[in-house]
Order: sequence, then C-alpha cells, then structure tokens
Amino acid sequence: MPRIVVDVMPKPEILDPQGKAIVGALPRLGFTSFSAVRQGKRFELTVDGEVTDAILAQAREAAETLLSNPVIEDVVNVEVVEA
Amino acid sequence: MTTETNKKFNIDTVENAANTPDTELPWAELGLKQNEFEEIVKVLGRRPTGAELAMYSVMWSEHCSYKSSKNHLRQFGQKVTEEMKKDMLVGIGENAGVTNLGDGWAVTFKIESHNSPSFVEPYQGAATGIGGIVRDIISMGARPVAVMDPLRFGEIDHPDTARVMHGAVAGIGGYGNSLGLPNIGGEMVFDAVYQGNPLVNALAVGVMRHEDIRLANASGKGNKVVLFGARTGGDGIGGASVLASESFDDTKPSKRPAVQVGDPFAEKVLIECCLELFKGSLVEGIQDLGAAGISCATSELASNGDGGMQVELTDVLLRDPTLTPGEILMSESQERMMAVVTPENVEAFEAVMDKWAVEYAWLGEVTDTGRLIITWEGEVIVDVDPRTVAHDGPVYDRPYARPAWQDALQADTFTGSVQDAGRPAAPAELAAAVTELVASPNMCDKSWITKQYDRYVGGNTAMAFPDDAGVVRVDEETGLGVALATDANGRYTYLDPYNGAQLALAEAYRNVATSGAVPMAVSDCLNFGSPEDPDVMWQLAESIRGLSDACMELGVPVTGGNVSLYNQTGTTPIHPSPVVAVLGKLDDVARRTPSGWKEDGQAIYLLGTTANELDGSEWAKLRGHLGGLPPKVDLTAERQLGEILINASRDGMVDSAHDLSEGGLAAALVESSLRYGVGARIALEELLERDGVDLFTALFSESQARAIVSVPRSEEVRFKDMCTARGFAHLRIGVVDAASNALEINGVETLSLDALREAHEGTLPKYFG
Amino acid sequence: MTELPLIGEAPVAAESRLNGARIGVVTFPGTLDDRDAARAVRLAGGTAVALWHADTELADVDAVVIPGGFSYGDYLRAGAISRFAPLMSKIIDAANSDAKLPVLGICNGFQILTESHLLPGSMIKNDHLKFLCRDQVLRVENNTTAWTADYEAGQEILVPLKNQDGQYIADDKTLDALEAEGRVAFRYVGFNPNGSRRDIAGITNAAGNVVGLMPHPEHAVEPGFGPESNSGTDGLGFFTSVLNKIVGGAK
Repeated sequence: MPRIVVDVMPKPEILDPQGKAIVGALPRLGFTSFSAVRQGKRFELTVDGEVTDAILAQAREAAETLLSNPVIEDVVNVEVVEA
Repeated sequence: MTTETNKKFNIDTVENAANTPDTELPWAELGLKQNEFEEIVKVLGRRPTGAELAMYSVMWSEHCSYKSSKNHLRQFGQKVTEEMKKDMLVGIGENAGVTNLGDGWAVTFKIESHNSPSFVEPYQGAATGIGGIVRDIISMGARPVAVMDPLRFGEIDHPDTARVMHGAVAGIGGYGNSLGLPNIGGEMVFDAVYQGNPLVNALAVGVMRHEDIRLANASGKGNKVVLFGARTGGDGIGGASVLASESFDDTKPSKRPAVQVGDPFAEKVLIECCLELFKGSLVEGIQDLGAAGISCATSELASNGDGGMQVELTDVLLRDPTLTPGEILMSESQERMMAVVTPENVEAFEAVMDKWAVEYAWLGEVTDTGRLIITWEGEVIVDVDPRTVAHDGPVYDRPYARPAWQDALQADTFTGSVQDAGRPAAPAELAAAVTELVASPNMCDKSWITKQYDRYVGGNTAMAFPDDAGVVRVDEETGLGVALATDANGRYTYLDPYNGAQLALAEAYRNVATSGAVPMAVSDCLNFGSPEDPDVMWQLAESIRGLSDACMELGVPVTGGNVSLYNQTGTTPIHPSPVVAVLGKLDDVARRTPSGWKEDGQAIYLLGTTANELDGSEWAKLRGHLGGLPPKVDLTAERQLGEILINASRDGMVDSAHDLSEGGLAAALVESSLRYGVGARIALEELLERDGVDLFTALFSESQARAIVSVPRSEEVRFKDMCTARGFAHLRIGVVDAASNALEINGVETLSLDALREAHEGTLPKYFG
Repeated sequence: MTELPLIGEAPVAAESRLNGARIGVVTFPGTLDDRDAARAVRLAGGTAVALWHADTELADVDAVVIPGGFSYGDYLRAGAISRFAPLMSKIIDAANSDAKLPVLGICNGFQILTESHLLPGSMIKNDHLKFLCRDQVLRVENNTTAWTADYEAGQEILVPLKNQDGQYIADDKTLDALEAEGRVAFRYVGFNPNGSRRDIAGITNAAGNVVGLMPHPEHAVEPGFGPESNSGTDGLGFFTSVLNKIVGGAK
C-alpha cells in the first residue's frame, strides 16, 4: 500500500531550541562536522489503493491545515512512497 | 474491536502439553529456577504449556511474588492492635490500602519502586513508575490527587548521575504534570552506593467517598471480563521476571529488559473514564495492569473473586500483531485496566468508553469452575488454578546472618576518628562548616528539581516542598485534608538495619506531625540488594522487624507497600534503603504549620534533647566517614513530640515548626531562616549546659525527636506550660529577627542570609545547569 | 460533596449579584485545569457551566474559559487537534459575532486560540527546554479587555506559570502591530521564563473580548492555595472583570 510522506520543518526564521540543544550535544559524542541542526516532523499517510492527483491534493491540504502550523512551520516536502 | 486473523504460531495447547511431557522448555531463560519449574509441573500434574510457563515465570518472579520477603512481611499484618485497625478500611493485600478520614471520606495511598528501568531509560522508567502507582490508586476507586518522588542517585559529580537526573526528573514531571497531579514533595539523596542502582520511588495518593471503594475481585458467574485502555504491545516483555532475577553484572551478557513506554494522555483519559465508571457503579471489580500485565490481572481478579475465569486471548487488541500468546500474557504495555462488568451494565460501560474514545475488548467471563482458562482461537492454552499463579507461589526462607563486618563497622565511631580531626571550633570555622553543610548535595536547595513539577494543578495543594510535609485539601467545605511525608536514611540503616528502619518511620512520622497533621497510616518501599546474599537478607529481615515493631509502638499501621530487591552491581549492594511514607490527617488544612518563621520578635524554641550523635550524619558524610551507631530511637519521645506539635498547630500556639533530622540543628535553623528570608538571633549556651554538649555537637548532631518552633509572644506561656505538663524538654534558644537579614548564633560568625542562600541554591544548578 | 461533576452544571455560588452570570468552562480529553477554572468563577461570584468539547451547540453562557492542560496530549502540536472540536467552531462564531462573546484562553487554552487563529502568533517549546513552574510577576498592559477591566493599567500581579511550551513567537510585523494597537495584554516582569518575544505573556484581539495568556490566574484565587508571597489572589480580577462586564456593573 502506498504512503504519502509529508515533511514539516520550522520556518527558517524561527529559533529552534530543540535543534540548538542537539547541535550542542553532537560534539560531545565525537561528531564535530555539523554546524547546525534543525528538528522537524515527518508524517506518513497510508492510502488504500492508488494515489490519484485528487488524493495527493488532499494530502497537501491536510499538510497545510492540520499537520503544520503555518505561523511557525513550512511544509517542505510531499511525496509518494511505494510500500 | 476486531478479532485478529489467523496467526502462524505453533500453539502449545494444554492437550498438547499433556501428550508431550518431555518437551524442553526455556524455564531458565524466563528466570525460573529448577525447583520452581518442578513445582509448576507438580501443581499442574503435567508440563506447563508455553503460555502457562510465561505466566508462572512473571508471576513467580521476585517483583510479583515477593517470594524472598513474604515470610518477613507478614509482621506488618501481625503486629497490629485493634486500635490501629480502627480506621483501616482496606489493609495489606489489595492494590493500595485505604484509610478512613471521617465525614464519609477515605484516602488511599501507596509507594512503589521503578528502579532498574530508571537506570536503563531514566525518562521512561521514571515516567512509567508514576503511571503504575497512579493506576494502583485508581483501581481502588479513588481520584488520584497528588504524587511524591523519593530519589536516590549516585555522586553528584559523576557524569552518569547527570544522565539519570535529567531523564528521571523530566520523566516524573512529564508524566505527573500531564495527569494533572501536583507533586507535593519528595527527597533527593546523592550517594556513591546508588551509582549503578539509582532508586526512583513514586508515591500516589487518592481520595474517595466510602461508597466508592472498589476491590480487585471477579465475582458473579457470567459477569463479563473486559480489557480497556491502551493496546497491547511488546513493552517490558519479561521485564519483571528478568529484573528480579538479574542484576547489572558486567560479566554476564547484557540482559536489557525491554523498557515500558508511557503515554500520560492515555492515562489521564483512563482516569476520567474510570471515575465515570465508578460514579455509575458500572464495574463489579477492577484491576490495573502493571508488572506481568494480563497474567497478573486475570489471575489476581480470578483468585480474589469466585475463583474462575474464561478468556479468549485473540480478542486482546494488539498494537504489534507479531506477539505470541506468551508474549501477550507477559506484556507490560502501560495504561491498561481490566474490569468485571455485569451483562446489564455492558451497554453503559461501552458508552463511557466511547465518550472518552478509549478502546476496549470483551475477553471473556467469570466462571465458577475455580480455574483460569485462557484459549487461543478456542483451543485451551492455559488451564490453571489462579491462586497458584497469583498467591500460592514459592516462598523462600532465605538464609541470613549478621555480617561478619558489622561489629567492626559499629565500633568505628566518628568522634575521634581521623576524619574528625580539625573539628571546627572557632566562630569563623563554625560559620564555614554551616555554610558547607547547607550547600552540600544532600542538604542543598532542590528547586532545580521541584520547579519542573506542577504544584498547583487541582487547586488543593495547601503545602508542598520545601516544607516538611505535602498537604492536600480533600473537602473544600470543611478544609479536611491529608499530609504526607517520605523518608529514609540508607547510611543509618547500613550501620544498624533494625534501628535505621525505625528512624525512617520516626522521621516521616515527625514530619507529618510537624505540619500539624495526625499520623494515621504507613506505606513502605523496601529497596535492598540481593536476597541471596545472607548479609543483605539480614538487613532486610532486621529492617522489616524494626519497622513493624515501630509501627505498632507508634500506632500507625502499614496499609500497603512494595519491595525492590537485587539493587546491586556485581556483588556490591546498595545501602539498605527502606523508604517509609506516612500519611496524616488535618481537620482543616488552613491550620497547617509552615516550616519557616516570618514574624519579627517571635520566640524560637527547641523541643527535645541533644546528645553526641554524629555517626552516620551528613557532617560525617562530608568528612568521608561512615561508621558507628545511628542516633538513638525513642519512639515514646516521638509520640510526645508529635502530640505537642499537633496541639500547638491546632490551637495556634506556634506559627512555624521544622523538625530536626539530617543536618541537625544547623540545617534546621538555616532552612527556617531561608524559607521566608527572615533571620534570627540564636543563643545555645543554656542548651550546651543542660545537655552537656559542645557548640559543634549542638549544631551538627542528629539526635532524634527534636523540632524547632516559632512562638508568638502572646502564646509563649501557654506553650511552655503545655510542654511542661507533658514533661517534654523545651528550651528557648532565640528570637526571630527580621531586620538583621542574618542568622546570628552566639559563638558562630554571622551568617548573612544572602550568602547562605547563594550557597544553598547554587549547588544543583552548578552540576545540572 | 463539592466535587465538580464532569457533565452538567456546577453548584451555584452563594447569594451574589454576579451569580446570574454564566461562565462556560470547556473540557477536552486531557484538559487539567477545568476544575480550577470553575472554582475561580465560583469564588469570583459567578456560575460555572461545564462544557464538553464534542457538544455541537454552545450552551447558554455569557463567556467561555478554555482552561489549561495537555488536551490530546499536546500531540502534533499543543492545541492543534482541540481547535477542530465541534464546540470550538461555535465558540469561534460567538467570539466573532456582534455579541462578542468573551473568551479567555489559559495556557493550553491560549495555544488552542492561536491554533484557531482567533489570536495571532504561536507557542513553541520553552527556550530552556524544560517544564517550568514558578510564581511569575506580570504587568497588566491593557486593562480595557473584558477580562482585565478590574485591574489598573500597569498593575503588577503575581500569577503561577507552569508549562513546557510557553514561548510566544510571531513575526516582527505581527509583533509590531500588536504593540502599536495596544493588544499586548500582559508582559513578563523581572524575569522572562521562556524566551517569549517582547516578554509577551498574553495578548488580546482587537475587540478586547478574546484574551489569551500562558500563566494561570485560576491558581491565584484562594488564600492559602495560590502564590505565597502576597495574598495569593491576584488572579481573581480576571474573573470579576468578566462577571462585572456581563452583569453590567461598575468597571
């Protein structure tokens, strides 16, 4: 069964306290190559059957109205992944 | 509700088991001993099926069966007078004890441990510890109203301590705050002995009307059995039996128990659901699912009731469809309850579930066969007498003996030891010593922890940390309420387990009385090392003996509790740490006594007498010494002191009261001054003379049955007369001095409150951010 | 027994000219401070009416409080799921209608109001990442709203704050507009507990009937159960303000 993946990230101008804490923790574990981390969310929407254009459009709308808060987040990706 | 589709399991049915007696079973991997396995075969008259083996392995684990401690725990039920039983509505043996508060109100409380999981996964371990104890309270028919958390971690500067600290505190807050339960107190102790074995104990208290009390039994042939709440997954499979049987031993392959993951939202919804069920009298019996999940719930409900139950296991709602029947029976997925419902109430029950969008599955019904029968797609995979699973498990008389090193340890007294050299005497030295004490990890301000907890939710918190007891209002009309305190001292108990356990009770009892409440009941959480070590078993036996004797002498019964064994790394156990929780009653919470003074000019009195008792003290710990004998126990004096504090509170004779314990008089004076930021002038010459001690000893000794109070001038005569009439030692040691902004003790250099505060409050942030 | 029942009406407050005023308190799955909000309404002299998130009609109430807690476990985002509750659309309509129903969103309630776009901006995690419970000094910046009329402009009050995701943010354009229009209702004083922009603790809509704030006035209404450092009742003004407004009493 195919899935539609939706990725949501905090808007670039939003300070991301969790990402900040993570980038601070990485060097302590020996990972010194990363200068910034931003933490977002990934949603997987399972579709029973084929993913039509209409269904994809629904996913985009769901992403804009429920899965993300447009005040502070951007939907950065909506794509179909075969199961 | 769905029925799972056919699975491709080799189902080991009862019929199959009877026909294949020689089949090898993994009883050792599941944590059973050979003799235990043979006992199961004997009880069943055949080899157990895989599912039965799973059930017995978790239910006969130390954690669930108390097999090493049961013999000794009997004393809590035996050493009880008629007077002590008077207000006990439900005693030991149920999910939690219930005490009568009067006016038709009842209160239920219990303390439990979740130690090993908190070392493995501090956040979830601590969080699910809260979840578990709260479910015990709900299952008695109560609305939970508050939680407390006694914590014992390793050295404050050890890197792993920070890992455990951050996770556990966040987990307790994360779960408790989300349930809407104020955290009203707890403890924080740092000691190297807990480095690999942190102790996370959790207490929950709930209130109900008498008619709301529910018990965990399944009665009424034909009544339906329902499992509701979260779906069942692979959480903690084998957790209980594995935890109980293995320590974190470097030499064995690491046997990590699968940690349970909690969802506090699911539990909050469960609480509201259950309260509606109780209000509508929609359940006949109810049990929460904790350690050993469905195995425990079915066998306990069945054995407590009419004795029989029939359950179809494929009806259990799963979040992981690959679970085998044995795994389903052992799963410790959180936020689940099991109830018994009459057929007439089924529809109403479902309506409540639907309202709160809680999933449920009707698994079977109560029978009168005296057997617990579990089927898988109709085939019998479990057919047992539930009592053999839940109650009549193995009981061990573990050998124990006073350790060979105990005498030498007790002879090694602090006074005069090499660590005692250079004992502070000059005023500047004494001031430095007091400051060092209040800044030390065990004595420092704990706001770093407590500000991560919600103390306000519910609007009934009359008193919380840092006062001596947490106080919660029960009745908004009358002000009736309860006070709670938890205490333990692993150092005292290591030096002398019998007295150490008594001292824990004395301290918690004193804390409750200090707040003005009348102590009524006790719950205990006994944290010890391996019962297979005769030294540790002796510590356990002596502690239980001491605690049960003390409960009887103070007239407060144990209504329930918990035992956590195998807290050790390799062969090194933790200090025996019996945590004692005392619950008290306040007729009107408005009269509770805070722990610090506010009014300028009030007289400060010291109640009780002081002797040279520095062994096992916080001062000795700072100097790196542990030896000698703990402070003397005087339960008669504790009772008298309690009565004085309660009467003084009730009649308005004191404005503040603070009991003396760890850190002695020095700590108490500083804490009472910093509480509201009001200083005092103290003179101890008369005390030194009367009790024959020097200034250092007067400040740092940890003699018991003592408290300091501040008395309004108008009440002084009445207060002194009351103490005199009771023949209790009392001495005016100073006066509240609001203008000074300092704690002035004759013979000690002036201690500015600002400097004391900086020292006191700076420690935890320094280490934990 | 004084327990507030989950459904149905709360016991009516003692004789008072204000007890004709009915204040609805909404309960979602996971709401925690609904009992406290109802108690605050009662102590202020009004009548608390329990509302259920799934109700499709708004009962006959003169104002609504959306209390604190972790509705739906704060899943997805705090308040993100609650805002779509059937009752919320009725509340939004009533708030936007000519009647200008007074609505107070406390903590999670404030989060629900921003997710509903009744108020601008959003809350993210506290800048220090931890849950924080402290007694917080606030300055009342705007005393013309339905919920703040009983305070003086610039008055400082002490109210408990307790949350994990209380950092108020909005883009500069929005923040500037809020300031220019006097729509900042409360500001943190002395200590910003979570990194909120411009120290904003609470805001109001343009009409002044919808107010949201992160701190909890309902926990500062009863002596002995609120903050210790003063009367502990600085929060009562929120509730008396709206009751007085409803009954048409003196401002």
